[in-house]
Amino acid sequence: MKIKPLEILSHIILILGVLLMVLPIWFSFATSTHDNVSIITEGMKFFLGESFSQNYNEVLNEKGGWSEEVTAARMFINSFIMALGIATLKVVISAMSAYALVYFRFKLAVPIFWLIFITLLVPLEVRIFPSYKIVSDLGLTNTYTGLILPLVASATATFFFRQFYKTIPDELLESAKLDGANSWRFFIDFLLPLSKTMLAAMFIFMFVYGYSQYLWPLIMTTDEKYWTVVMGMKIIFTENYEGVALPRTGERFAYIILSMLPPVLVVVILQRWFIKGLIQTEK
Amino acid sequence: MSFLELQNITKIYPNGTKAVNETSLNIDNGEFVVFVGPSGCGKSTLLRMIAGLEDITSGEISLDGNIINNIDPSERDVAMVFQNYALYPHMSVFNNMSYGLKNRGISKDEIKNKVNDVAKLLEIDQLLIRKPSVLSGGQRQRVAMGRAIVRNPKIFLFDEPLSNLDAKLRNQMRLEIKKLQRQMGVTSIFVTHDQTEAMTLGDRIVVINNGVVEQVGTPKEIYSKPNTKFVAEFIGSPQMNLFQCKIENGFAKISDMQINLNNSLNIQDACIGVRPDDILISDQGEYSSSANLVEYLGSDMIIYSSVGGQEFSCKLSSKINLKAGDNFKFNISPSVLHIFDNTSGQRV
Repeated sequence: MKIKPLEILSHIILILGVLLMVLPIWFSFATSTHDNVSIITEGMKFFLGESFSQNYNEVLNEKGGWSEEVTAARMFINSFIMALGIATLKVVISAMSAYALVYFRFKLAVPIFWLIFITLLVPLEVRIFPSYKIVSDLGLTNTYTGLILPLVASATATFFFRQFYKTIPDELLESAKLDGANSWRFFIDFLLPLSKTMLAAMFIFMFVYGYSQYLWPLIMTTDEKYWTVVMGMKIIFTENYEGVALPRTGERFAYIILSMLPPVLVVVILQRWFIKGLIQTEK
Repeated sequence: MSFLELQNITKIYPNGTKAVNETSLNIDNGEFVVFVGPSGCGKSTLLRMIAGLEDITSGEISLDGNIINNIDPSERDVAMVFQNYALYPHMSVFNNMSYGLKNRGISKDEIKNKVNDVAKLLEIDQLLIRKPSVLSGGQRQRVAMGRAIVRNPKIFLFDEPLSNLDAKLRNQMRLEIKKLQRQMGVTSIFVTHDQTEAMTLGDRIVVINNGVVEQVGTPKEIYSKPNTKFVAEFIGSPQMNLFQCKIENGFAKISDMQINLNNSLNIQDACIGVRPDDILISDQGEYSSSANLVEYLGSDMIIYSSVGGQEFSCKLSSKINLKAGDNFKFNISPSVLHIFDNTSGQRV
């Protein structure tokens, strides 16, 4: 088979793109397996070193923070709980509110939809003080509920679910009605299974969104037990021992690599449905 | 009292459109009735009101002695086959068929038996584990029928179920539906805009136009004695020829052609109809014209011609040797004529 010049060119561009994405991550990973002395003297590493187990072990188990109580493992668990809670609730609530908007043709459905849509213009950062006030008045600071609850409404997901439900033919609903399905059954037996690719795609988006929250957990938590990974990135392994010890660059890289894992896992597990959800709707 | 009774049914949509107007109809148990009419005439709306998918603006529907106006669709004991089948895309054929039964709380073993029996009847027992997306049009059609049959309803409603199939399959499924209905003896209503389907399927045909029932009768009655001009034009293929004319003392004048009607009618603005196969071509014919176009259909052929600027067609055996441009002579017997008053559209 003859390869056309254009094909070679496009492959070169693609390979460059891949390198651009992968190299920084590889550098971080390679560097995270070296000891701090060699990192400081020689800079970023391309090849693997010998301190892999030592660095990663320290990252996961060393107690840090001002109270010397919180470990990185704890922060991973916190972040995971927060992201999972946000993603799950966002998907469930959006799917249900879109169902109400599309199928229960109440009078103000359209204005209400636009009202929901407008909230896109008011991200958390804009309403952070009122949000904080409400949550703290409810006594929810330093709780998982407080971390998750203010973030569970999603205009984006509601919009996507609404658009999807609108493509489902009316006959399906009518046929289901004749078969004795009430509105709840129609939602559970029809809409959810039909939108499972959509559910997966939304879940991934929302999981990554929840996982990468920084500002909200930062002001919400005073107790180090509730610190999240993204907060920790700024704080952990930065103590300088009054200028005596070396900066702990190896551990910090290890921490960064570890912090990428949960979202990557979610994407890898759900990507089969995720891609389907983006490019096609099941007929 | 009839099995299904419609009394003065009217449907007005919220935007003011009157889809069905004061329609009354009685359907007997076991009867196969076809609603036929052009698109947008209200036939589907009427069917959907019987199913309970549309509210009834006024009037009353009773099924098997009970008024069902306010009864939930699922409790009316009706089954419907939709135009696009509305199969549940995420469920296997088996689950498609059993879903309604499951919702009624029927035991698993019984569901299995029922579904298997119906699947055998429709020859889809090999397909039970497949998803609808991998089935062909004909198979989907069968599954949709199976889903309706398995529920053992009081009445079957078909909403143009054959219009998505190709011509050959359509004829085959038409026969099958007819056979099945005979075999099971369940009252059925079939909605279509295709007059051939209506003629071949129905025990009785209801011709609907603009939300009003124009005529109800057996296919034969409707074909041989259409009550209105609309029915005359709508039923029969090729279409009935309609000549605008003036009737004086029993003579219809179509430009210079005069037909003796053997009566003493006087109508200023009349219309006489004659079926294309009722025009007899012979050398001793009383009238003459020339063929503008000849359509060859195998055993038959259709000749398009005109008289006094009014076009007409005649259907005759293709054994007769006639080409476009040829002159021919023909006869019309008064007994095959349909006479309509143009102002009222009614048969005279």
